Amino acid sequence: MANTGTPLVEMRDISIAFGGIKAVDHVTIDLHPGEVVGLLGHNGAGKSTLIKCLSGAYKADAGEIYINGSRAEINNPRDARNYNIETIYQTLALADNLNAASNLFLGREIVGAGGTLDDSAMEAETRKIMARLNPNFRKFNVPVSALSGGQRQSVAIARAVYFNAKILIMDEPTAALGPQETQMVAELIQELKKQGLGIFLIEHDIHAVMDLCDRAVVMKNGQRVGTVNVNEVTDEDILGMIIMGKKPAQAV
Amino acid sequence: MTDTPTHAPQSTDAQPGPIARFIRDTELDTRMLGMVGALLMIWCVFHFYPIIANLLSGNGLNFGLGLFITPRNLWNLSVQTSMTGIMATGMVLVIITRNIDLSVGAIVGVTGMAMGIMQVNVLPPILGLGNPMIWIVSVLVGLILGALIGAFHGWLIAYRGIPSFIVTLGGMLVWRGFAFLSADGKTIAPMDTTFALLGGGPTGSVGAVGSWIVGALGCIAVLWILSAGRKSRRKHGFPLRPNWAETVLALLGCGAVIGSVLVVNAYTWPKGIVDAYVKANPDVVVPEGGLEISTGFAIPVLILIVVGILMTILMTRTRFGRYVFAIGGNPEAAALAGINTKWMTLKIFALMGMLAGLAAVISAARLNAATNALGTLDELYVIASAVVGGTSLAGGVGTIYGAIIGALVMQSLQTGMVLIGYGDGSYRMIAVGVALVLAVYLDNLYRQKTK
Repeated sequence: MANTGTPLVEMRDISIAFGGIKAVDHVTIDLHPGEVVGLLGHNGAGKSTLIKCLSGAYKADAGEIYINGSRAEINNPRDARNYNIETIYQTLALADNLNAASNLFLGREIVGAGGTLDDSAMEAETRKIMARLNPNFRKFNVPVSALSGGQRQSVAIARAVYFNAKILIMDEPTAALGPQETQMVAELIQELKKQGLGIFLIEHDIHAVMDLCDRAVVMKNGQRVGTVNVNEVTDEDILGMIIMGKKPAQAV
Repeated sequence: MTDTPTHAPQSTDAQPGPIARFIRDTELDTRMLGMVGALLMIWCVFHFYPIIANLLSGNGLNFGLGLFITPRNLWNLSVQTSMTGIMATGMVLVIITRNIDLSVGAIVGVTGMAMGIMQVNVLPPILGLGNPMIWIVSVLVGLILGALIGAFHGWLIAYRGIPSFIVTLGGMLVWRGFAFLSADGKTIAPMDTTFALLGGGPTGSVGAVGSWIVGALGCIAVLWILSAGRKSRRKHGFPLRPNWAETVLALLGCGAVIGSVLVVNAYTWPKGIVDAYVKANPDVVVPEGGLEISTGFAIPVLILIVVGILMTILMTRTRFGRYVFAIGGNPEAAALAGINTKWMTLKIFALMGMLAGLAAVISAARLNAATNALGTLDELYVIASAVVGGTSLAGGVGTIYGAIIGALVMQSLQTGMVLIGYGDGSYRMIAVGVALVLAVYLDNLYRQKTK
């Protein structure tokens, strides 16, 4: 890969512990524009924890984050958003009692005269983006608790895409989806990649990783086993890294 | 189920009945309609109970026995509801964010005492008795003290991680204790004369002309809301309500406003107060048959209306309100969306405390005295009002108007029990307790059915 320029994101030597357990132990990863980097590992390997340090949900105990080569202070989700980092959480992080538009704009509402919410404008914008992402989506005026898993997922994705993200974190974005919707997400990832976004993809499905990712980082017990260029290795190599922690020759 | 008779397939889905169509086109909240219906039913039961009881005991039909739906009772009801209603609007926010505030009654007590001491013992020697600044400073002291106490509770809850139930249970005891200590248990009276007007009463009301002005403003507001909503929908190409539905809504809204003006204006000053008024103003010409002075809206009721409007705007039209709902729906998601949930919790409790201070203003003014027992058990009626009004204890759901209607329902039950001769506290408590549980049960059924 010709990833010679300044990385979009570089997380250097990140460590975070919860009550003496090292959830993430001196891990370094990077991400370039237009690249999809897969994060793999068992449940509890520390993938989500690592990525939450980037999205501002957790604060790392040690280590540094660089965005476009300069040191970034990310202390909370708002900081992360200011660096154009958007996250699709595994839990989707939707407020079930609010409708799609309210969720999409949560924390970044469109306000009109006198600082009052402009709900109509937000709904209109939501209709626009949903028409692109999920043309079958019709339920704009009901709480998202009334939506199907796939519809909820598309709201969460719309929220991440709408605000011109440069760095996108997707934590198992297809876990709740049927085959057709999974295909839609795959196409979306390809499209966003073409637009020059950098994407971290946490994924359990090896085939999805092989299809979508440029590089894969494998973690085990909080540590990084290795990083591979996906087109240089086989499924078995990656599985060996995940299960045995065995680093193939091509890995760095 | 072979023994069930087979019906022809009903076409209700394709062709909704007139009521369903009416509700669909007017977009009225069915839950609110249900609550208003229940309220009117309660009123009718209390009104007709003595009439029917009299008829059944063989004394004939006498409609004069119905006391509930009379201008006088409805006016009293409105004043009595204002204190609980004001606090219930704040409790909605607290409960939506999955918290509870058991300390509001005690905050009423301690802020009431603080305001009493300010205007009776502290300020008159400094400013001179009757200085118009006295009531203003006193009210501000009450509001600020209430807000500070609430903020302190909120800080303990949000930043120190103590459950709100415990913090405010402690607060209930602590602030009631301070209310007693502040004047060694003595009652402080009388209040400043301007301050006392805030409690309502015939002189603390705005009269016929004032009420018509309020009514006119109300009608203008109804029409403005409808037309602004229509304009906004047209701008974004959303479907409009049919014209007839807009007309019905305008008529219903303005009708309710004008109706309430007629009711409060039909309640005239009691004879004793008129006599005192005539004595104090010798140049008033008393017409034949006595002087009739319309009372109009009481000031505390106007305060409740203003608080209700402001709180509704806060909850539905501002980021603050949106965040309150988001925190209630999913606290974790709210935090991940960049909302400072701890700071929000602190602000919500501060607001609740300030509203308790405002309720204390009305309470002390109405009594024309500050006592350390002011607001005792109010927390329970306030929580009950919010819950009867549709606020879900699971969080995330609730409306301001619902809480105010809830307060009206609770107050109607209390007043009604007195009017039909069960004024003894024990019967009243039983009625209110049963109503609370029943209301929440019916609400559960409603929610399951509409899901």
